Amino acid sequence: MIPMSWYLLFAAALFSIGLYGVMARRNTVAILMSVELLLNAVNINLVTFWRYLTPDRSVGMAWAVFVLAVAAAEAAVGLALIISVYRNRDSVVAEELDVLRN
Amino acid sequence: MFEQVFFIFVAVVTLGFALIVVTNKNLFHAALALMGTFLGVAIIYVTLGAGFLAMAQLLVYIGAISILIIFAIMMTRHMMSAEEAAFNSQAGLSLFTAVAFFVLVAYVFISYWPTTPADAMLATMTPVDPAILENSVVALGQSFVSPNAYVLPFEVASVMLLAALVGSIFIAKPRLKEDEA
Repeated sequence: MIPMSWYLLFAAALFSIGLYGVMARRNTVAILMSVELLLNAVNINLVTFWRYLTPDRSVGMAWAVFVLAVAAAEAAVGLALIISVYRNRDSVVAEELDVLRN
Repeated sequence: MFEQVFFIFVAVVTLGFALIVVTNKNLFHAALALMGTFLGVAIIYVTLGAGFLAMAQLLVYIGAISILIIFAIMMTRHMMSAEEAAFNSQAGLSLFTAVAFFVLVAYVFISYWPTTPADAMLATMTPVDPAILENSVVALGQSFVSPNAYVLPFEVASVMLLAALVGSIFIAKPRLKEDEA
């Protein structure tokens, strides 16, 4: 049997890697990919808690499915925004998107 | 014993792919590594007994989101030349923050749920009636349409998907010039 904390540590490591990507990458597509890592880590936690603590109730699974749906919507809208910005500003680097600055 | 070795193998490979995603300068390689990460997470779902979620992960993440991201990379391709820096000026601080976050969360997790199987019963899976796991997908489907459970979030999710669909088409469509319109 695999101890519960192994799954939790794995999810925490995946979340930290994604967090680093969100904060440190310059390319907006790379930032979006890191956000997908964050959502995956959260989903692993939800399924782990479902399996170990409340296997008789479907609450963890249900919210994991909702996170999946939100992730799909987020990816579609985020990439549409990136394409639109690229068309207008000819750049996908987060630091160069500073029209609203000052 | 085999289970644990298998888990550690999958976890290490998945985290390796995730590291490639956030560090590789070539975005296309990063996207391929992202697909590997999603596959590893799907295998983790299988080890947790959530086969339905694993299949949904395969369809939605590997089948749809990865392809969408690769599309976006292709359409913005010449902007990601290898000479350009992959990281911004706060990369060092970000690394410190991420590691500090991991240490904090790991400390909390380990103090609540011990890492070694022999430590306590709480650390391992409590034996569950196999029938409950067999019927978990049925229970999940029923909870989505039951008024006592998640029918409202379920409907809201469907409206949100429609809104995202319409919104992303509207945002990404090319603006027509005045004389063309």
